Amino acid sequence: MKRTSFSSPSEKDTSISAFGLQRRNMLKYFGASAAIITIGSACKKDDNPPPPSGAVDLGSGDVGILNYAYALEQLEAAFYIQVVATPYAGISALETEYMTDIRNHEVAHREFFKAAITAAAPTQIIPGLEVNFASIDFTSRTSVLNTAKAFEDLGVTAYNGAGQLISTTGNGPTYLGLAGKIVSVEARHAALIADLITPGSFANTTDANGLDMARTPAQVLAIAGAFIKTQINASNLPS
Amino acid sequence: MNLQNIITEIEKVDPEVYERFDSRRKVMKNFANLSGKLALAAVPLAISSMFSKAYGQTPGNINSILNFALTLEYLEAEFYTNVVGSPGYLTASAADQAALTKIRDDENKHVLFLKSVLGAAAVPKPTFDFTAGNGSNTGPFAGYLGNYAVQLAMAQTFEDTGVRAYKGQAPGLQSNRTVLTAALNIHSVEGRHASHIRAMRRALNAAIPPAQKPLKPWITLSYSGITYSPAADAAIQPSYNGEELTTQAGVNIIGLGGAYNTAAAASEAFDEPLTAAQVLTIVDPFIV
Repeated sequence: MKRTSFSSPSEKDTSISAFGLQRRNMLKYFGASAAIITIGSACKKDDNPPPPSGAVDLGSGDVGILNYAYALEQLEAAFYIQVVATPYAGISALETEYMTDIRNHEVAHREFFKAAITAAAPTQIIPGLEVNFASIDFTSRTSVLNTAKAFEDLGVTAYNGAGQLISTTGNGPTYLGLAGKIVSVEARHAALIADLITPGSFANTTDANGLDMARTPAQVLAIAGAFIKTQINASNLPS
Repeated sequence: MNLQNIITEIEKVDPEVYERFDSRRKVMKNFANLSGKLALAAVPLAISSMFSKAYGQTPGNINSILNFALTLEYLEAEFYTNVVGSPGYLTASAADQAALTKIRDDENKHVLFLKSVLGAAAVPKPTFDFTAGNGSNTGPFAGYLGNYAVQLAMAQTFEDTGVRAYKGQAPGLQSNRTVLTAALNIHSVEGRHASHIRAMRRALNAAIPPAQKPLKPWITLSYSGITYSPAADAAIQPSYNGEELTTQAGVNIIGLGGAYNTAAAASEAFDEPLTAAQVLTIVDPFIV
């Protein structure tokens, strides 16, 4: 299950440090999930249970990847819409400007994918997802910014990891180009949010070679799943 | 013209570079024609079109693309290495100095990383003229070492150009998934750098055209957000041309999702690629 892999990241996933959070803080931050993680870990040996019936299937091929991106953009857009609608205590004018801009960008991304997938594969587009923001305190600057950082860093690693899953033929190169147009904007967001939390931490996610990370869809959804009520089946995505 | 040097460097790793331009003779003839027949202002466009014909539509091999990236990383790494410790840099806040040092280190790591991937195929570091004077050291950015506002303006331009350059090459790397992912992982770091440099420039509030304020971490329309001198501004603007796009894959972004997306926001939400030819035209004055 997704929460099992959240507590047991695979060898390629150094998600804890990428979040810029100590593991302890992270568990505290995602406190609501802690109990479930324990339960999930206990039944880890039930390897790869089938996706729950009624789950939204992202599909396969390039459309699957587009749906995957659409799912993440839905999550981000919903989050920033809420942030702007109910600003955290003590938000500055500059922070309001930034949050509004980012909301607009994420809505643009979400609506772009909705339109593009509808045009390319009208029967395969996933529906609107139901989010679960119960663990976020929208009145708290710390809670909001930490969540924003988590989402932006997750978005960067998700796009970085999805690039190689896009086909090399047909519309594939175009889709890769579009993902590239979006991911650098997510990286700009990520750096800004990191700086709002800790000035100068804009690129603290880099490894020894000065590179950002990439995550597989399974790794990404294991983390994002905590904020999405709708069950998602990513098992048909390219690998 | 130092473009010949660029081609010579490319030839070391891509012996067929001249064939891509039809033939060596034709290239040289093109150069001769350039100076003779074209108005000076049209030269970059003509060069750009030559490169477009050579590399524009064909994927190019992986090493050529990596050497192109390495050349840009050499440029960035040496620029920040020169800046850190310079008189202009010493006027900056401690936080800004730390950020520039961090970025310098990242760019040097990118150089080492790309060299390690390329091995013997790696191109050597060119000689740079950061005044953008083609080796005269009297170009539009002369004196940059003593001028912190100019240093940040150049840093922003290099980072935003780097983002666009990597983006343009990604489809050409699809045949090698490992290399593609590594390039994407550098690409997003350049985006992070660009975001922070832009925030630093906003705080410094120098050399920003009033009509383009506030300067944001993302690129609004085709605004460079920079004004220094007519020559410098002209050298910088090509790094931002094309960023004003508001239609993506046939989808008009303006107005999507209600009133959230104006032309400005729609352009900010997507960074645009540059072709190798466009990038080479931009960096040409910096390479001796």
